[in-house]
Amino acid sequence: MTLEFLQNYWWIILSVLAGILVFLLFVQGAQTLLLSAPDPQWSQLIVSAVGRKWELTFTTLVTFGGAAFASFPLFYSTSFGGAYWLWILILLSFVLQAVSYEYRSRPGNLLGRRTYDLFLFINGTVGCVLLGVAVAMFFFGGEFSIDRVNILKGASPVISRWDNPSHGFEAIFNWRNLILGFAVLFLARILGILYVKNAVETTRAFTDWLQRRLIASTILFLLFFLAFVAILFTTEGYTVLTASPLGTSVVATPYKYWHNLISMPAALVVMAVGVAGVLTGIIATIMRPDHDKGIWAAGAGTFLTVMALIWLAGFNDTPFFPSLSSPESSLSIRNASSSEFTLKCMAYVSILVPFVLAYIWYVWRMIDRRKISESEAQASH
Amino acid sequence: MENLITVVDWSRWQFAMTAIFHWLFVPLTLGLSVIVAIMESIYLRTRSDKWLAATKFWMTLLAINFAIGVATGIILEFEFGTNWSNYSWFVGDIFGAPLAIEGILAFFLEATFGAVMFFGWGKVSPRFHLLSTWLTAIGASISALWILVANAWMQYPVGMEFDPAQMRNVMVDFGAFFSPVALNKFFHAVLSGWALSGVFVIGVSCFFLWRRSNRDFALRSIKVGGWFGLAGLLLCMWTGDGSAVEVTRTQPMKLAAMEGLYRGQCGQSLSVIGIVNPEKRFFNDEPPYLFDISLPKGLSILARHDMDAFVPGINDIIDGIDIVDGDTVRTVSYVERIRRGKMAQNALREYSVAMEVGDSAAMQKAAERLKVDFPYFGYGYFKNPSEAVPPVALTFYAFRIMVGLGSYFLLFYAVALLLAYRWPDTLCRRRWLQLIAMISVPLMWICSEAGWVVAEVGRQPWTVQDLLPTCAAISNIPASSVIVTFWMFAVIFTILLAAEVSIMVNWINKSTRKDLNK
Repeated sequence: MTLEFLQNYWWIILSVLAGILVFLLFVQGAQTLLLSAPDPQWSQLIVSAVGRKWELTFTTLVTFGGAAFASFPLFYSTSFGGAYWLWILILLSFVLQAVSYEYRSRPGNLLGRRTYDLFLFINGTVGCVLLGVAVAMFFFGGEFSIDRVNILKGASPVISRWDNPSHGFEAIFNWRNLILGFAVLFLARILGILYVKNAVETTRAFTDWLQRRLIASTILFLLFFLAFVAILFTTEGYTVLTASPLGTSVVATPYKYWHNLISMPAALVVMAVGVAGVLTGIIATIMRPDHDKGIWAAGAGTFLTVMALIWLAGFNDTPFFPSLSSPESSLSIRNASSSEFTLKCMAYVSILVPFVLAYIWYVWRMIDRRKISESEAQASH
Repeated sequence: MENLITVVDWSRWQFAMTAIFHWLFVPLTLGLSVIVAIMESIYLRTRSDKWLAATKFWMTLLAINFAIGVATGIILEFEFGTNWSNYSWFVGDIFGAPLAIEGILAFFLEATFGAVMFFGWGKVSPRFHLLSTWLTAIGASISALWILVANAWMQYPVGMEFDPAQMRNVMVDFGAFFSPVALNKFFHAVLSGWALSGVFVIGVSCFFLWRRSNRDFALRSIKVGGWFGLAGLLLCMWTGDGSAVEVTRTQPMKLAAMEGLYRGQCGQSLSVIGIVNPEKRFFNDEPPYLFDISLPKGLSILARHDMDAFVPGINDIIDGIDIVDGDTVRTVSYVERIRRGKMAQNALREYSVAMEVGDSAAMQKAAERLKVDFPYFGYGYFKNPSEAVPPVALTFYAFRIMVGLGSYFLLFYAVALLLAYRWPDTLCRRRWLQLIAMISVPLMWICSEAGWVVAEVGRQPWTVQDLLPTCAAISNIPASSVIVTFWMFAVIFTILLAAEVSIMVNWINKSTRKDLNK
């Protein structure tokens, strides 16, 4: 295993984790339904359904962070230490989520059920939009510069510097980033609706209510996703010419991500199949309101689409974290990775990932074998 | 420079605050998850509903605690990036790996089987449910293993070498993660969680007795919690002894701070209780204590298992007198370490310049010089030795609180078990006994937190021992941002802690009105 192979391998592992994470955002999507549900029973059913899955999303986010740290530590230190407020607000929304499922129905919870439902709503909306913003920065970049020699400057020893004083707020309020953020939000909402239909027993009225929200979310998702795709494939990106400890040189490339798509047939096919899967899951459910398997096609499609997008961001000599203020500081999988030894050790550990996925799948099937009824939802809280 | 100091201080406060909050919940999860698994195992063996009721009662408390532990944990992992970005680059090649492995091996185990444990009653077979409960408990301990080996590595960095081209450390030996320091730390921390959970179970059970409720359930729980906690505490003491020996070997300055010892000697006494002189510094002649009661030769026995052995104090270490391979030798003084640290940094600077112009010979020369002085690299950030001395008073008092309360809990467990087996009626009748048990619950948390204060304050100012001080480990963010997030998390965690305690008290209170004996 060469260093180059291992760098590619770990970028693929990260893309797999990102794909799974966005699929699992169905939990957050379902949370956005809670406050508007006219019947408390429906809220309870939604909570019962995704309350058994929230930890998987949470764990995948933490594992993504850990894997990014282990495989591309310069990205971890630059992005987290630079876009401080973006990441802090993402974390805050997940902190609020972590306690809410367990505490919302418990007597003595101090804040009342509505407050915890509000926490879940905040996590569902803000969490999804900001995660989308963070992913968008893989394409549209951030304002940072890197100089390793800084570590020898006692008065100001930081290697990675964020060149915008807003420290992440400027990324949050960047319209291009927000377009992907909202696309992620409405995709998560779609997936949430599809999962709820799959996991709980729905009455006619509940089904109708979900269907209306599915249609509205689909329209909004398509608007934002198509806008994102249009911007992505027409935007100018960087191509890495050299990347070594001596320095990185990049050249501006018009239509960079479009070129990436057509020069990587695997990404093209995976993305096409992915988008088809998402649309199949949605359309099948819209056409047949009693259809409850849409989550699988849409979920698999989401996984594939996100994976392909991450490939577009990092492969084909593309810096996966472009610097807008100092292009030569842009991070690529070649200059931001861990050492060959570490990547190799981690590669051995990653052999366990299919085993982990297998037991998650097994347990998922066991727990979701029967749909959750209203009485069961009431009894569980 | 002023902003740098403020950022460093506030980043340290933020990390300390989030770690303290996280450690309020983690030890209870580590221990209570095993207690619940033991009770469920007994239930499956006996098929007795009273054990099922006990399992479900304690499992509910576990669920309440588990959620907030998860919430506080995510902040800690990402704070390495948000607040300590230089650290994340300087040693990320090594430190990131255990965090990733923790996620893959432990978190998914906990998340997946935790869902079965909490929501799977009646949905899966009893055997599979029990397996899930055990796997959740094992997952919690595996998670602790990886984060604790990572923490131990920061305090005893081994298995890596410095890459001057990238200006970072790279891993060369994965097995080095499992150094004796790391294994000791893992067992000591996890077993302290067992000891804490045993006290929690006994304290809550005594609340039932106080309310004259569910006597059999309470006594059963006291027996399980008592034996479990006692085993944990005894093993914790054993590993604590091992930790003292390891700290003497690898972080002698921390040991000296724990003891408030400035000038060591052969057959060094141990201050059992004392008041540290706040005016004392290593460079003045003030007495170290305002008052103390010492155990003759105690520190030599504790630190080196030899009543006549030499134990160095702060001044000795600064002067370069240390213990190497069991022998007292003169090594490198702190003044010399600072000088050599600066030489290492100069060599790295020269290496960097040579690399830029492609001068291989100069690069090699600089690399050789760097290699010689690299063990003192971090000292190059200091101006004088006082910057490399940890806060003595806090470390001193925290150590005594930990050991003092730990000793008390040995007695606590012995009495609780004796009463539960031999004189259960006395335990059920005497309200003052029940009151002591209940009051002991928060004391156990103080003991547990004090242990972390010893470990983390005692190692200051290092994020990576001898290589990277906190002042060089930070992110380039304004102090105002860190101040805002510090207070934001402080307020949120305090509210959530209050909610957790309130929910637990409510649940326990409500359960005293139920019949848990059948």
